[in-house]
Amino acid sequence: MSIRRKACITGAYEHPTRKAPDKTVAQLHAECARGALEDAGLRLEDVDGYFCAGDAPGLGANSMADYLGLRPRHVDSTDTGGSAYLVHVSHAAQAIAMGKCDVALITLAGRPRSEGSSGVAPRLTGAGTPDVPWEAPYAPVTVNMYALAANRHMHEYGTTSEQLAWIKVAAATHAQYNPNAMLREPVTVDDVLASPMISDPLHRLDCCVVSDGGGALVVVRPEIARSLKRPVVNILGAGEAIKGQLNGQVDLTFSGAAWSGPRAFEEAGVKPSDIQYASIYDSFTITVLMQIEDLGFCEKGKGGRFVADGNLISGVGKLPFNTDGGGLCNNHPANRGGMTKVIEAVRQLRGEAHPKVQVAHCGLALAQGTGGLLGSRHGSATLIMERA
Amino acid sequence: MTTMYQDRPLGAGVHDPATEPFFAATANGSLRIKLCVSCRKPHWYPRPLCPYCLGDTEWSDAAGKGVIYSVSVTRRAGPIPYAIAYVRLDEGVTMLSNIVDCDLDSVCIGQRVHVVFKPADDGTMIPMFAPDQG
Repeated sequence: MSIRRKACITGAYEHPTRKAPDKTVAQLHAECARGALEDAGLRLEDVDGYFCAGDAPGLGANSMADYLGLRPRHVDSTDTGGSAYLVHVSHAAQAIAMGKCDVALITLAGRPRSEGSSGVAPRLTGAGTPDVPWEAPYAPVTVNMYALAANRHMHEYGTTSEQLAWIKVAAATHAQYNPNAMLREPVTVDDVLASPMISDPLHRLDCCVVSDGGGALVVVRPEIARSLKRPVVNILGAGEAIKGQLNGQVDLTFSGAAWSGPRAFEEAGVKPSDIQYASIYDSFTITVLMQIEDLGFCEKGKGGRFVADGNLISGVGKLPFNTDGGGLCNNHPANRGGMTKVIEAVRQLRGEAHPKVQVAHCGLALAQGTGGLLGSRHGSATLIMERA
Repeated sequence: MTTMYQDRPLGAGVHDPATEPFFAATANGSLRIKLCVSCRKPHWYPRPLCPYCLGDTEWSDAAGKGVIYSVSVTRRAGPIPYAIAYVRLDEGVTMLSNIVDCDLDSVCIGQRVHVVFKPADDGTMIPMFAPDQG
């Protein structure tokens, strides 16, 4: 049993806001739901499956399903941080394949910018989180839990700050064509290296933006997708994983993508060299580099050389990535980048990315997300899609 | 560049049934880890049930010596820079910690370190690591 071609993404919407102090998180979810359903050409009453994660206010899916006026017969509030929305697409495809729902709606929204969230603030974790007593005194914050992975990668493989900076340069090259992007100015490798050091070896420009906003997706049975006006995007394969500290055998040289990626490729029946466009979660530059290696786009340890010299720039390099500008430049709503990764991959497969960054005849795309902290424990999800 | 270590507020220690024996030991200058009574494997962070086999676990004194697996000096998360690190203990488990009592800019992966204890705001003694001499 596989989800290969059992479900299609027929609605995708990224909220244009990047700062929304006058809207509630629930309202942003609803605006994203409306946008994705309008994009699909479906109505609210068509939705019979609802998916959301920890950014949704209230208890699991209960509050938002009620707020949105839904009567779902299938719900899923799996939360693996920023990778959750890729997991949701996979779970929605599974539910559709099993006949548990026909039209699945996935929403994400948040206001971390208006609420003053930051990558150097202590991460709030619920009482009883078992790792907190052993780690909180050492002040792990988002950025240093990625910096630890970056430093180990540099130590083991000779990766350099210049190579990491190329990831930001590629994202910024793409972002200049996105009118909604938070940061639209192109940058150079030197600009990245000259930006303030936040936590060695990560500079400010190695870090993603903090933005308000959200997004939504609609996943449907193939017969429904074919009856609608939008180009049909098939889900081919998916993988998910949780990687932690391995009982104290900590290994920062790989991410959970090393586990979720092969599962997705196997189900999809394709290989990394077949992929024409990749959305790769870019919470930090190091996140991209490690996932690219772990997905098999290059050999482990050679990611630095792979990402350098514009190799991720659409029309220039071998692996066009994050053509919306990604989390590094465009948008990182709710501090969870997985949703926007899927949305840009759908735009590419539909041929609706900006003409300056559209991959010619884009028929096969991958979206990769991580969620949580690369340096301690994180979820990973990989999704492979095709233009029918 | 030189960034000399400075003490920073550590907050209060979290005292619960899982941590109490550990912090009782750190108050006496001892670092303990957990071993499984069934499979005998050590693990970190300490848990009452073994994460390899769900067997019961027991405390064991560690020598408090190890090597830095990775480190990052966090410079902009507050007024005081600090070095967060993973330290691989000689007993074979790797723990998150801070590197202290040195020039933080001189700290590097592969360096030998030994445990020292720093008081949290409530007096709980928190294990951290300082570079060995020479």
